[in-house]
Amino acid sequence: MQTIGKIASMVALTMSALTFSANAWAQEKPTAITIATEGAYAPWNFTGPDGKAAGFEVDLANDLCARMKVKCTIVIQDWDGLIPSLNVGKFDVIMASMFITDKRLEVINFSRPYAIDPSTFAVGKTSALAKSDLTGKFNLNDEAAAQPEIDKMKPLLKGAVVGVQAATTNQQFLKKYLDGVVDIREYKTTQEHDLDLAAGRVDALFGQSTALAATLSKPEYASYTLAGPEFLGGVFGRGTGAGIRKKDTVLLGMFNDAIAAAMADGTIKKLSLKWLKADVTPPQ
Amino acid sequence: MFDLVGFGVGGWGAALLKAALTTFALSVAGFLSGAALGALAAFARLSGDRFARGAAFAYSALFRGVPDLLTIYLLYFGGSVGLTVIGGWFGAQGFVGLPAFATGVVALAVISGAYQAEVYRGAFLAIHRGELDAARAYAMSGLTMLRRIVAPQVLRYAIPGLGNVWQLVLKDSALVSVIGLVELMREAQVGAGSTREPFVFFCSAAALYLAIAMITGSLFRHVERRSLRGVRTA
Amino acid sequence: MDIAFLADVFRQLMKGAPLTLELAGTSVALGLVLALILAITLQGGRPVLVWPIRGYVTAFRGTPLLVQIFLIYYGLGQFRSSLQTLGLWGLFREPYWCAILALTLNTAAYGTEIIRGGLQSVPFGQIEAARACGMSRSLVYRRVILPIALRQALPAYGNEIILMIKGTSLTSIVTLLEITGIAQQIISQTYRAVEVFACAGAIYLAMNFIITHLLGALEHRLSAHLRAAPEFESSVAVEGGLH
Repeated sequence: MQTIGKIASMVALTMSALTFSANAWAQEKPTAITIATEGAYAPWNFTGPDGKAAGFEVDLANDLCARMKVKCTIVIQDWDGLIPSLNVGKFDVIMASMFITDKRLEVINFSRPYAIDPSTFAVGKTSALAKSDLTGKFNLNDEAAAQPEIDKMKPLLKGAVVGVQAATTNQQFLKKYLDGVVDIREYKTTQEHDLDLAAGRVDALFGQSTALAATLSKPEYASYTLAGPEFLGGVFGRGTGAGIRKKDTVLLGMFNDAIAAAMADGTIKKLSLKWLKADVTPPQ
Repeated sequence: MFDLVGFGVGGWGAALLKAALTTFALSVAGFLSGAALGALAAFARLSGDRFARGAAFAYSALFRGVPDLLTIYLLYFGGSVGLTVIGGWFGAQGFVGLPAFATGVVALAVISGAYQAEVYRGAFLAIHRGELDAARAYAMSGLTMLRRIVAPQVLRYAIPGLGNVWQLVLKDSALVSVIGLVELMREAQVGAGSTREPFVFFCSAAALYLAIAMITGSLFRHVERRSLRGVRTA
Repeated sequence: MDIAFLADVFRQLMKGAPLTLELAGTSVALGLVLALILAITLQGGRPVLVWPIRGYVTAFRGTPLLVQIFLIYYGLGQFRSSLQTLGLWGLFREPYWCAILALTLNTAAYGTEIIRGGLQSVPFGQIEAARACGMSRSLVYRRVILPIALRQALPAYGNEIILMIKGTSLTSIVTLLEITGIAQQIISQTYRAVEVFACAGAIYLAMNFIITHLLGALEHRLSAHLRAAPEFESSVAVEGGLH
């Protein structure tokens, strides 16, 4: 009997030592939230030597929180753990250049998109794809127009080793349209596939144009370029949005209002031009 | 090439050293918590109760047989779910979370506890039966026997094995990087990714791990020599 | 408990089992050969050989396997041009060979210490007797020292094999699709981390259980001469046959 009492009091002590992230405000307005980002996807989000996150989405997150009048803390979480960790409550929002797709909408909610950025290939300047004249932006929702372009790329990419980040829509695009044509190598972070491109372990990368452009601007990638058509829609979903748990409907509304305001007064355009060197504001 | 890890502006030296400190703190906390768990498991394994023996055996076999990477992931994702449920019983609404450092400590404690249980069990079995009989003949209570006879000798015989487990904990702390804790491995990855100089960063991280391992290793050897004062060995 | 989901996950994960066993088996085999060579060289006692080997063993036992894998895969990838001139780039380009190299170097470092302990535990009397019989050094090694040493080292080496199987899970971090790699792929599609990792853990546990028992049986067979002779009643004596 004594031991049970001792054990119970020890458990109680342990409980009080834990951090209670009291997210009991699903139906009320929160005053403090935690936003998670990947921290390894420059220039959207990256980690500096001091361990703090920085980048386009970090600035945008701070701006949106100011508009919503909440205190926000930004934490870093590996890409493939973002959605499971959101659902177990490690943080409240995901802002990590995550596209809004139907598959993800089954498990979490998304705010309205705050950015649209197509995906494309980064290849060597001497490769077949770079020498071809294939360009243009294609929406995969219109398969009739997009499929012929993809078919034109197939002979140019045959047998190439393509690096892509795992658990992304980019990887799903390759699997759906180019499986068997290219050798797909999946990496935990984009930084790792960047390293392997420089090392020549992969012949090409497939990812978001702005992120690839930022990588290719570095000196060791002088012999690489973006090439081929750009794709959006379809498997890429409806653009980049903030991931929020399904039951946090109030927070979702607050984010949507804040994003609409940021789009209206040009903040998103300003921030994206600063960080991404391109305007990624979604159409109204 | 190695001036990237120096201490100037844009140098990552200070960040790496700070991360090494986190690694050390994480390992120490995990090792000590694991000692408590391991002692408990060894006690259960040596007791007469069949259920306790079975449970301790299962615990030891489970966490020595499953890769430590998976244990860390499972505690990270599953731990929050479990804690939220327990928190619900105590009336906490919403989610209950452990910060990454604490999760890492728990994971290292659980893993090293499994190995430490075996070490303590072996050390206990090395104690001469006659001493325990004599202690009981003197009507020493269980606690007194533990304090005066068992614990000092178990610790003495366990130190070589514990030295090995400590090295294991130190190296497993690198795996805690996968849950986002900024310890040495993570800092090296961040640095390598930002500067695209992986060789510099991973070499520096390896050197720092080696330094910690060698310093603490010689500490363990010193303690081992002192503990064997007056004891005749083969 | 979604049994259908778990069964499907189990089926998908088992596709990674061959690669896991291949990685572990190849690196243990190569590591054993290397460890034998290094341990016997260490016994020789020549300083010019002993110090580099000691340095290698300390370095690889004192640093985490994860750092070693990253160093060999990404770190050496930085030196592609030098490796290409040496003709080694074909090897380092493939994540499979980088993983094998890292795992082999790691297990060989631990194996060297284990086998060295085994070599030192051979009773000197047996070696003396063998030399007295006129056996050459290599013959003594082959017929007396190595059989005893390897049998003594078997429990510790069995541990090392288990650790290698667990170590293969780290190679998922350099794009290899063994069990842990496939588990992470499944989680990225279904977002159900706990169930998938639990399934993967169960598979590793089963593998280690089987291997532990196989090694126990091997130990049992090899140490038959060290156990008491089995008692058996001669039917002749019982029936009063022999007077």
